[in-house]
Amino acid sequence: MTIEAKYGVPTVAIHTDKFDRVVRSVASVNGMAGLRQVFVPQPVMGKSARELRAYVDGKDPLTGRPVMQEVIEGLTAPPSGEGGDRIEYDRSTPRLVEPDTEESLHRLFMENRWTDYLPIVLPTEERVAAMLAATRRKPDEIVGRMRPTHFREAWQYTVEKVAVNAVMAGARPEYFPVILALAATGVSARGSTTSSMAAMAVVNGPIRLEIKMNAGTGALAPYNHANATIGRAYGLLSQNLQGGSVPGLTYMGSQGNNYAYNSITFPENEERSPWEPFHVQHGFRPSDSTVSVFSGCRGTAYTLGIREKHWREHVRNMLRGMDPHVPPVFVLDPITARQFIDRGGFTKKDALIDWIYENAQMPAGEYWDYQLVQNYIYPRATFGEEPWASKLKVAPDQMIQVFKRDDIHVVVVGGETNGYWRIMGATYAKTVSVDDWR
Amino acid sequence: MSAAEKISVLNPMGFAPKVVQKDLAPRLDTLDGKTVYLVDCRFDDSDLFLRQMQAWFAEHMPAVRTVFKPISSVYLNDDPATWEEIKARGHAAIVGVGH
Repeated sequence: MTIEAKYGVPTVAIHTDKFDRVVRSVASVNGMAGLRQVFVPQPVMGKSARELRAYVDGKDPLTGRPVMQEVIEGLTAPPSGEGGDRIEYDRSTPRLVEPDTEESLHRLFMENRWTDYLPIVLPTEERVAAMLAATRRKPDEIVGRMRPTHFREAWQYTVEKVAVNAVMAGARPEYFPVILALAATGVSARGSTTSSMAAMAVVNGPIRLEIKMNAGTGALAPYNHANATIGRAYGLLSQNLQGGSVPGLTYMGSQGNNYAYNSITFPENEERSPWEPFHVQHGFRPSDSTVSVFSGCRGTAYTLGIREKHWREHVRNMLRGMDPHVPPVFVLDPITARQFIDRGGFTKKDALIDWIYENAQMPAGEYWDYQLVQNYIYPRATFGEEPWASKLKVAPDQMIQVFKRDDIHVVVVGGETNGYWRIMGATYAKTVSVDDWR
Repeated sequence: MSAAEKISVLNPMGFAPKVVQKDLAPRLDTLDGKTVYLVDCRFDDSDLFLRQMQAWFAEHMPAVRTVFKPISSVYLNDDPATWEEIKARGHAAIVGVGH
């Protein structure tokens, strides 16, 4: 779209057919409904040169016309006469839904894809007002902007809009500052990527205790009202405030992700952790209340304890099981955190992170051959971006560090019923003050 | 509240930005004698696909000059240097594969 609109170069975009609705929609909301788009079968990835040549010689699976005929016409046929390229429809959002019975409204919310298909609490004026009473912020104050992908336009939202979604999720008003802080991150928990990623939210500071979040036994499971509904609110506000999360249109996760029901929302167990809290590592005071968001959650590895003899090999094996494109977040039960100190001498979180950085290695040849590395890191390496450019120069059998040191994180949570722990593949986005939203 | 009673609730959707209409670039009369850039998004083997399209042009439309051009980084980033080059040296672009 940029080459066409900004640089005035006639352009044809090639996509695979599974992306028909999404790419036409993206073009429309960017004011370019007439953009010339040609489709080939999915997938391109992994196909041989011969198979791809058949795509070129073949037909657009959506129109049945020859691919190259459409390409050439797309560059030469004048754009006039395309009725779809005048986008003037009303995109305003009314404050209220047309009054109806509870049953009909529940059905309407589901049909409009405003829910996660679990029962919601209808956001009446009274319930929303009660939620709004839990913050000093004005209802019409802009909280932020959010979008499901890089290519889509960002939608804007107010404090009241966040409150509506918080009510729907079943959250109590006292949780609202945490939910507002999550909304203020601008990081969507309903990102549209074929990789089906979910978000993760870690709460730190006094707010955890004030609203009775659970950092102990079952913290990452459905056993606490605040953990459950704050996480659900993060998902609902993301899908609704960004303008939707509809499969085939604004959500393209091929398999989907159960983590998305609650966005892996939990407080750090600061009281039982042997290390400084996560938010303190990121410039906040222990007395501050914060929420930290991560994206890209898909992969998880786990084990029990840190064995005396072979713990290093065991942890390296776990790291090798993660896709190298997404960095590791060690989610440690307090028992395991202390074992890392006993076995490895990591009296600071930073020391453990240093060890992870040094030991997450693989041969360069294997690393560069990962598809996600090819898609997202290799291009940057070839144009000199460090540290990847240097890694690109080493021999294929030479071991290289897989992750950037600053992308590796450690969080402590759990009830010490045993020393189980896990590595989440997740990308840290930011930490936001909850106190600013009280 | 009876089951038949109508109630009023708030709309949970955010506020969409205004759509600003953009015009397409003027199309070419012909591709003969023109330079067409094949812009590789560097995503999921898109380079292999565009190489095949380049071969198609060589076989079927040899009067068209094609330039295979990988973007300078990942598709998530804008690439003004590449767009400037295409505008300065090319007449048209084929961008792929988006997904």
